[in-house]
Amino acid sequence: MPTTTIGSNEIHVDDEGFMTQYDEWTEDLGTALAAQIGIEMSDEHWKAIRFLRSDFTEHGETATLRRVTTLGGIPTKQLFTLFPKKPAKKMAYVAGLPKPRGCV
Amino acid sequence: MTATETAPLIPSFDDDDQNGRKLAIICSKGNLDMAYPGLILANAALGEGVETHLFFTFWGFDMINKSTMDDLKFTMLGNTATHMPQGLGGLPGMTAMATHRMKKSIEEIGVPDVPEFLQQIVDSGGHLWACRMSADMQHLEAEDLYDEVEAIISASDFIEKTDGAQLLFI
Repeated sequence: MPTTTIGSNEIHVDDEGFMTQYDEWTEDLGTALAAQIGIEMSDEHWKAIRFLRSDFTEHGETATLRRVTTLGGIPTKQLFTLFPKKPAKKMAYVAGLPKPRGCV
Repeated sequence: MTATETAPLIPSFDDDDQNGRKLAIICSKGNLDMAYPGLILANAALGEGVETHLFFTFWGFDMINKSTMDDLKFTMLGNTATHMPQGLGGLPGMTAMATHRMKKSIEEIGVPDVPEFLQQIVDSGGHLWACRMSADMQHLEAEDLYDEVEAIISASDFIEKTDGAQLLFI
């Protein structure tokens, strides 16, 4: 399993760069990961990321966009604004989770 | 294998991709089971940042016709993939039962019904177009169709709008 260094943190990642160890993530690291992909975190960004983190512990999988909308209460349109073009994957990256597995 | 990267390893989200990938999906079927492939693929493409256009034509009009869109059906008849005797599919109530079961399985895995799925596609930036000829044949106007349908257009308009797109006919 490769590791990479973001800021001062050495983290375990998969071949693409998604984090593989849930517990290595912190909110500071989330901010640093977001910055790597050109996203400046706002309260609205955090609402989505915190939902992903807590949903993952309950559900064991990264939430799909639909799940973030229906259960996390964040409209789909807004997710595309906050995390442009590929919101599901970008949110997973910032939240230190694997890419979502579900189709919808 | 353990490897330590010097530059941070960051996934490629193709944000600088200027090739403008486009997908055009022609939905020509009005059966419940044939409505979903187009919706799922459109949703997936939008989630990958692909500009996506759906064109509803012939029986596919049932997917955007307000009076039918929430009442699409699934039948065993003519579908050998159910692996049930074909004669069974023709018995009274079988289509209703098969439809009910399919809707339930779809709901159980958290996939929305047709109207809600269309809304999700629009919210994700997808474009819905209705076929002019189908509208004329069925004597339907824009107000009879799902509100998010952008316009009733001709086949040639659709071909023009989707210049350079990859195309799926369902």
